[in-house]
Amino acid sequence: MTITETQEEIINEFSLLEGDLEMSVMYLMELGQKLPFLAEEDKVDDNIVKGCQSKVWLTTELKHERIFFVADSNTAITKGLVSLLIRIFSGHLPEEILKEELYFMHKIGMERFIGTQRSNGFASMINKMKMYAFAYETKLKIQA
Amino acid sequence: MDVTASIVQDLDVATLRKQFPILHQKINGKDLVYFDNAATTQKPQAVIQALTDYYTGYNANIHRGIHTLAEKATRAFEETRTMAQQFLGAQHVEEIIFVRGATEAINLVASSYGRTFLKAGDEILISGLEHHSNIVPWQMVCEEKGCRLQIIPVMASGELDMGKFTRLLSTKTKLVAVNHASNSLGTINPIHEIIQKSHEQGAVVLIDGAQAAAHMDIDVQELDCDFYCISGHKMYGPTGVGILYGKKEHLEKMPPYMGGGEMIRNVTFEKTTYNDLPYKFEAGTPNIADVIAYKEAFVFINSLGKNKMAAHENNLLQYAAKELNNLKGLRLIGTAREKVSVQSFLVDGIHPFDIGQMLDARGIAVRTGHHCTQPLMDHFGIEGTVRASFAIYNTKEEINKLVEGVDRIIKFLK
Repeated sequence: MTITETQEEIINEFSLLEGDLEMSVMYLMELGQKLPFLAEEDKVDDNIVKGCQSKVWLTTELKHERIFFVADSNTAITKGLVSLLIRIFSGHLPEEILKEELYFMHKIGMERFIGTQRSNGFASMINKMKMYAFAYETKLKIQA
Repeated sequence: MDVTASIVQDLDVATLRKQFPILHQKINGKDLVYFDNAATTQKPQAVIQALTDYYTGYNANIHRGIHTLAEKATRAFEETRTMAQQFLGAQHVEEIIFVRGATEAINLVASSYGRTFLKAGDEILISGLEHHSNIVPWQMVCEEKGCRLQIIPVMASGELDMGKFTRLLSTKTKLVAVNHASNSLGTINPIHEIIQKSHEQGAVVLIDGAQAAAHMDIDVQELDCDFYCISGHKMYGPTGVGILYGKKEHLEKMPPYMGGGEMIRNVTFEKTTYNDLPYKFEAGTPNIADVIAYKEAFVFINSLGKNKMAAHENNLLQYAAKELNNLKGLRLIGTAREKVSVQSFLVDGIHPFDIGQMLDARGIAVRTGHHCTQPLMDHFGIEGTVRASFAIYNTKEEINKLVEGVDRIIKFLK
């Protein structure tokens, strides 16, 4: 599935909730609960996404030139948020992650149910993922 | 029927709520439940109207104008001072200094009194329950003057360890600064004892009354405190205005905190002489509109009476504590015997932010986080709490909604 296709899928899922804030928050937490746990030894300061009010740890792995993200958070809602990003980006080539603009959060009205501070944290998560993609892209270019 | 029950019955909360226009709205499709009163209370119509009346009817700069509007504004401004004097039980009206809030009041004392009268080796004693506002200004004085900051420890219940307080107190202690009630835990501190024992050692005492003013009777003469600080917005008044009460004998000796208009008697390039109290500490055009509207907050509280307010709020607090405590995995933080209507709590395995966000989705406003008391949170080994704080317009039905909301998230995430 392309990045755009996954975004559309998420928009669709949230549209079923008809803007009900409580349902949206609970759905996010449910998504977060399904996310695989990050190993305790990976929950170190080096893996923390700066700029988030909650703690978010993000690690990556490159397999067959594709990036796979693993993340965790100490709050359930944030874990749900990061799970959306992982679903969108994980398994894609670095250049795809760098090229694609994310728009799903505006379509699902995310600002309304996560507030300004979490929105800033969410932007930090996206930036961090794009930074990883940039680093891997550079590394792959050097290797080639 | 006991006295408390009859007092509470006397209070018509439904009618009283009509005075607060903000309460009658939907948040996320649900009736607003406002439980963030320790951060700021909502304002009765009379306070809002006073602001509008001032700006539409008699906006003018005060004290030096001779025209009618200036006269009217000056009179209204000074009426609030007299009202505050009565509210706090101050002996002299010039002991009432208008500031932006309790934070500025504490900073004024730290800066003016602290830098003038404290010296290297002196000790400043605060408590482990303090808001950052009553920690940082003293740290700044300590850094500059070489004083030492001492901390009265907090016990598991959220009460101060008074035995340790007595042992920390010595002739080296020159200033003691504690809150009347804790913003994070609600603990009411035994300030009578603190003031008396501190005075026996020759220390002056500042009380941060930001969390007490809307709930408890305050009589600064009876307390015999040297300074008492309050914020308007935490007692149904406007933001940006508060009061520093100081004993005249101290205020007269203290140098001005800021220079500018109003605080001077005569200015030449060679020498400036300062104005009398309280104007010596009120440089620049003050927050006239908010000071004038602040009077209506005093009127509102006086019209109900603190006894009646405290009885209603204590009823809510007891009910909330009991109902919340029944929830699985929920832990009350702050269980002092004497409390204002603040209840902090945590749920095992669920982050306070998640609870706060979920409650917001149900129209319930609570506060989550460290509540500007990081050292206190560190002491309990926690990052923060969920805090519900109650005011005179809250009801048991609203507490039921809070409990239902917390229960829902517990069941969902477990």
